Amino acid sequence: MSFLISKTLIYAIPLMIVALAGVFAERSGVINLALEGIMIFGAFVGALTINLMQKANTFNIVTIAGDMGANWGKLQLFLLLVMVITAAAGAVFSLLLAFAAINLKADQTIGGTALNMLSPALVCFFIRLIAQQSELRMFKGDAASWFMVKKTMFGFEKSQEIGFLGETFLNKVYLTTYICIILFILLSILLYKTRFGLRLRACGENPQAAASLGINVFKMRYSGVIISGALAGMGGFVYTLTTANCVANGDVAGFGFLALAVMIFGNWKPLSIAGAALLFGLFKCIAASYSTLDINGDGVALLLNLSKDPVWGKVLNPHMYRLIPYVISLLVLAFTSKKSRAPKAEGIPYDKGMR
Amino acid sequence: MRDFLKKNGTRSVLATIISILVGLVAGSILILIVGLTSSEIGISGAWEGIRLIIGGTFSTGRAASGALSFGFNPQIIGNMLFRAVPLILCGLSVALAYKTGLFNIGASGQYLAGTCATLFVALSIPAGAMPQFLIWILAFLAGVLAGALWGAIPGLLKAFLNINEVLACIMTNWIAANLVTWMFDISNLKNMVEGTKTGYIYKTTYGLVNVDGAWTYQDGLGVATPKMGLNKLFPGSQANAGILIAIVIAVAVYIILTKTTFGYELKACGANRHAARYAGIRDKRSIVLSMAIAGALAGAAASLYYLSGNTELYWSVYQKLPAEGFNGIAVAMLASCNPIACIFTGLFMSAINLHGLQLANLTAYNEYITDVIIAVIVYLSAFSLLIKTWLGGRKKIAKPKPVQEKKAIPGKEVAE
Repeated sequence: MSFLISKTLIYAIPLMIVALAGVFAERSGVINLALEGIMIFGAFVGALTINLMQKANTFNIVTIAGDMGANWGKLQLFLLLVMVITAAAGAVFSLLLAFAAINLKADQTIGGTALNMLSPALVCFFIRLIAQQSELRMFKGDAASWFMVKKTMFGFEKSQEIGFLGETFLNKVYLTTYICIILFILLSILLYKTRFGLRLRACGENPQAAASLGINVFKMRYSGVIISGALAGMGGFVYTLTTANCVANGDVAGFGFLALAVMIFGNWKPLSIAGAALLFGLFKCIAASYSTLDINGDGVALLLNLSKDPVWGKVLNPHMYRLIPYVISLLVLAFTSKKSRAPKAEGIPYDKGMR
Repeated sequence: MRDFLKKNGTRSVLATIISILVGLVAGSILILIVGLTSSEIGISGAWEGIRLIIGGTFSTGRAASGALSFGFNPQIIGNMLFRAVPLILCGLSVALAYKTGLFNIGASGQYLAGTCATLFVALSIPAGAMPQFLIWILAFLAGVLAGALWGAIPGLLKAFLNINEVLACIMTNWIAANLVTWMFDISNLKNMVEGTKTGYIYKTTYGLVNVDGAWTYQDGLGVATPKMGLNKLFPGSQANAGILIAIVIAVAVYIILTKTTFGYELKACGANRHAARYAGIRDKRSIVLSMAIAGALAGAAASLYYLSGNTELYWSVYQKLPAEGFNGIAVAMLASCNPIACIFTGLFMSAINLHGLQLANLTAYNEYITDVIIAVIVYLSAFSLLIKTWLGGRKKIAKPKPVQEKKAIPGKEVAE
């Protein structure tokens, strides 16, 4: 159970933070279809930064994290720095979308699609040149053992029992998980309880009215897209760090699009989005680790046995588990489309003359 | 001259040429930067890269002295014709949908559905059961039909539940990718004859034959698109009649869209769904049909590509969608969604892809540079209206077309 929860969190966190990225862009009135592309870019920048910093031995940490001892704090600081860098990279990349959508009044769907094509192309191009192969790995170790927070770091013994909550939330977790949760809460407050958030949302509902009250719609939309890009870039890095062992290969397996579905499922509201992300995270977790998943803790991997069963195995197999999140997204879209409350002005370029 | 510039068609062509040039310049700059920062490639290597990216179609490899040589290369030109087929058809798919007010980002999924149906039909009918051309036609039609059905799903969702087709298409893309992988995984179409190849499906040239009561596949007994003499014209290449079929389909789409009532209804529905219904057009039916035809075109793209007999599918596709669908967006946007222009932009896109392969073969660069160029072109086409307006001079501000007005608010429909 503890494994299931922590694994679900690992998949849910990037979905949640990238869905929030979508909210910031759409609430300001710009459709950010480029989330997937920005994630890919962020993942690449993160992997590259780690690779280069390890090579240059910045922070003086090239030993394997297992016997780091007092060094682990330094390691987490390093991780924090990389998160900031990937956020900055995502923000810069999203400027391309902001420029096209806000200044040039371009078709935002095509612009986003173009960025979704540009990002993997650029990333693959550079990975081939840098790594001479199709993927870029960490210079030393992989994320699962390097950046993981383990109970030994809090002074517990390896064999010591620290209870269900401790095992789930303190042992073998990533710092990124908690930073993302804190960021998610802070940014939700920013969006709903501050003057800035109110103005941003106004620009997504009725920019002409907002402008008549002296709000700079261009500036607000730029802020929305840039925050969106920063979150998506960071989300891409978190995804590749926690689920793909920090390997960048120009692909995040459709997570950006799934995040869009989560955003719509969550009706553009942070709390519902967190719930939706957990649900999708659960499915992703089952698809990824059904073979080792021990749900009730009796030492039997139920889903693995089912997939080997001659009858059930025809349906309950890894293909099915991979398929489920997308089918559910589609069904959810079908059932919630009537109640859906998208920002009214999203996707429409702001035109002063339409006031 | 001014009248000439004012014509909408001229401006579209000029906007396209500008987009292509900017894309090529962006690619060249990237090559130059990489060349200058790398000690192995240097300025001379970068210059070679730029020449290949622009004129790779006429590359004939390297001369004995090590310098790049250029000339007529029938193999590359033939391959260009062959690879243009799926690009033209996917471009038509996106273009037709766009003309009718829908953004078909789901061409990849429809392409996969077509791939799956075509290969299943072509490889499941025993070699002697019916004449080969009949098997070919059945397989082709199966691909077209599967694409149409897959395209109809987002169409139905849009027409009846008002779900934004972009999101529905994205989801159906990934569903198709997983479903197709699943289907092939449990099928017996995996290539077992050639031991060195794992993960591939048989080429369609393999035929299902019964040897002593056991069904096996043998090379040479299956079906393949006729070459129609194109292999003599372009020796050593993959060129076949597929390109002719693609051109015929493009012309047919053009005629349907511009000369028939049916095409007019589709377009009217895209321009303003409610006005169209007021005028007596069945809007829901039109939306579903638009997406179904778009899907059929993408399915046809896959059929013609895999029925050629010299292409094989790596069946585990669930992690990566086929690039044809997304390149189709570039083909359509570059052609301003004109079906006839799609033929030329499809050929261009195919050529630029081959330039990338030449670049990867002959220099230290890799083929992803072409994807960068294509992405830049699509990015520019997002504001092609602006470029067109700018070309027409400041005085005549081009009226935004109703179709594009509608297009600018995907996601909005969800709310309505």
